[in-house]
Amino acid sequence: MQKIEKKKASPMEVMKKILGRQIFIPIAALLLLVLFNLIVDPSFFAVVMKTNSAGNPVLTGNLITILDNGSELAILAIGMTLVTAAAGGQDISVGAGIAISGSVMLRVLCGTNPKPEAIQAPIIVAFLVGCLAAMLCGAFNGALVAYFKIQPMVATLILYTAGRSIAAWVNHNQLPIVPPGSFSYFGGVIPGIPIPTPFFIAIGCMILIALVLKFTTLGLYTQSVGINESSSRLNGLNPILIKFLAFVILGICVAVAGLIKVSRFSTINYSVIAKDIEMDAILAVALGGNALSGGKFNIAASILGAYVIQFLTTTLYKFNVRSDALPAYKAVVVIVLVVASAPRVREYLNGLKKKMIQNPSRKEVG
Amino acid sequence: MSSEKAMSSGKKSGGIFRNMTDTNLLLTITIVIFFVMYIGAMIFQGGAFLKPQAFLNILNSQAALIITACGMSIVMITGGIDISVGGVVALVSMSCAVYLDFQGGNVFGALLIALGIGLAFGIIQGALVAYLDIQPFIVTLAGMFFARGMTTIVHTEPFNVTNEQFVALKNTRITIPGLGSMSKNGTYVDAYIEIGVVVALLTVAIFFCVLRWTKLGRRFYAVGGNSQSALMLGINVRRTKFYSHLICGLLAGIGGFIYFLHIGSGSPSHASGMEMNAIASSIIGGTMLTGGVGNIIGTLFGVLSLSTIQNIVSSAGLGEAWWTGITIAGMLCLFLVIQSVVMARKKKALKS
Repeated sequence: MQKIEKKKASPMEVMKKILGRQIFIPIAALLLLVLFNLIVDPSFFAVVMKTNSAGNPVLTGNLITILDNGSELAILAIGMTLVTAAAGGQDISVGAGIAISGSVMLRVLCGTNPKPEAIQAPIIVAFLVGCLAAMLCGAFNGALVAYFKIQPMVATLILYTAGRSIAAWVNHNQLPIVPPGSFSYFGGVIPGIPIPTPFFIAIGCMILIALVLKFTTLGLYTQSVGINESSSRLNGLNPILIKFLAFVILGICVAVAGLIKVSRFSTINYSVIAKDIEMDAILAVALGGNALSGGKFNIAASILGAYVIQFLTTTLYKFNVRSDALPAYKAVVVIVLVVASAPRVREYLNGLKKKMIQNPSRKEVG
Repeated sequence: MSSEKAMSSGKKSGGIFRNMTDTNLLLTITIVIFFVMYIGAMIFQGGAFLKPQAFLNILNSQAALIITACGMSIVMITGGIDISVGGVVALVSMSCAVYLDFQGGNVFGALLIALGIGLAFGIIQGALVAYLDIQPFIVTLAGMFFARGMTTIVHTEPFNVTNEQFVALKNTRITIPGLGSMSKNGTYVDAYIEIGVVVALLTVAIFFCVLRWTKLGRRFYAVGGNSQSALMLGINVRRTKFYSHLICGLLAGIGGFIYFLHIGSGSPSHASGMEMNAIASSIIGGTMLTGGVGNIIGTLFGVLSLSTIQNIVSSAGLGEAWWTGITIAGMLCLFLVIQSVVMARKKKALKS
């Protein structure tokens, strides 16, 4: 008898454990989207091998598009999660940061001539200089947040307003075009490999951050600073350094995302590039179930959240939603997801469930 | 020697700091900097800045921003944030434009639409933030997305409104006697303000009084300063938060109508970045994002400072578009650092 009762209880407990897991929210959202697409139109998931204009075999299909276009967001979500956890706020200047680092990369690649015949510097040098620029932006934000104790959203508002102007200033408002060649591989495909390169870059970043979190104390320290800054200081940590580091790491992520973005078009449009990507990145963190007020974090959940957002975008495009009307639908979905995962709503639902379970048993007793 | 000097000056300033509340201290800094800036512009650039109309034009063009920034300040004082205001302003102006031109509506109906949209956003966002404990940033982010998307769904192309009644109202100018100036032709031109300015100044006056002398206003400060102790004092924290978002939404609606009245057209790209301008002017005006500190008068001066610096930059011959962004950011940075340093010194002064 007892054994049977235990067995009966265990699926409930397992359910509870799964429901309680942080990563459950993005997975549930993803499953919901997949299910919706399966019901409406199963051909959504078709992946076909085609040859692109350059004559290379390339996998095409909505799933590939999601993996391809979601990469920048996933890379940004890594850094954004760290910043959110350490500083208890978000960086809204990542879009502007992408514009700056992309502009710097183009400046190094093209030199003073906006339409050069060949690239003027090795790509790796351009990337490193762009990376340095993005890290400087991160360091600026980090210094304001960590040292001057300004709220992250306000501190990054500065670069948010100035970033695109600075990016335009770097290239004197010209739009340099990188000559065709290996630079376009980063945002497109490498000949012979049918999967878009951004996906591999994103995977590389994920592995890197996983290794860093596994073999260093960065993750632990970040969480402890986010949960209680003064007690972690009393325990010998340096909250200023940790917060600063989080912003610099986000800077590196921004540079990588900037490389992909610029490489996609081989040129840059200062006012449009990576527009509103900061909002998507913050949404990815929130969808991942991370508290936006800092503390505990789960990077895998954030990355999954980023792909959920891209999945949603692609799904909406498939239903012929215009790109400028897209935000309205996105907002509705986001609100539904956030309301469903709000602690108060969950408590209420749990209460309802208990009542539902208790009531029949009472009737039986009666 | 130098350290002694620093000590004594620290003590002196500590004395001043002690006698002031956080709100008044930051407000004083803002007002002083604004006047220094404007008088500096008058002295070094002269020309347009010497005419009273130049100042009134700042008011004319920024009336909508003043109104929305007031709502933003109230939400920020209560410890929240509302980044949907720019979207709401765009949605309101587009809806009103479509209503007036395509549906043949009248101005009164358009005003009702504006208030309705603002209230709806305020109520929904307020309920989600206050009663469901969702982070205000996320809720209003979704609100912004929704408003921006809806604007293009209502109508895609930008267009000018030709409704006669509306155009008459738009061109209504209130002349101010005694402030006119000679034009280049030698004729006397009266100084004028638009209707929006009256509404904006009324809004500032009303909410200054509300924040200073009413129960609700004091509750905003209490909840923003420390919601836990506000709860202990028997304040209904949830309802207070709800009201702050409600007021902000309503003011965004009014601001949207005033914006529409000033610009006279509907376009999806209207008021882009307005939420950030509203936040920036609130911060420059001494409102802190952490809540509990702020002043509506400061917000007014924040808006004025922001647009004065824009005017200075453009009349100084730095015509390239990027300079505006960079200078505004630089100014924001300066104010933030001043605030942070002042607050840190004040804390030290209070401790010793």
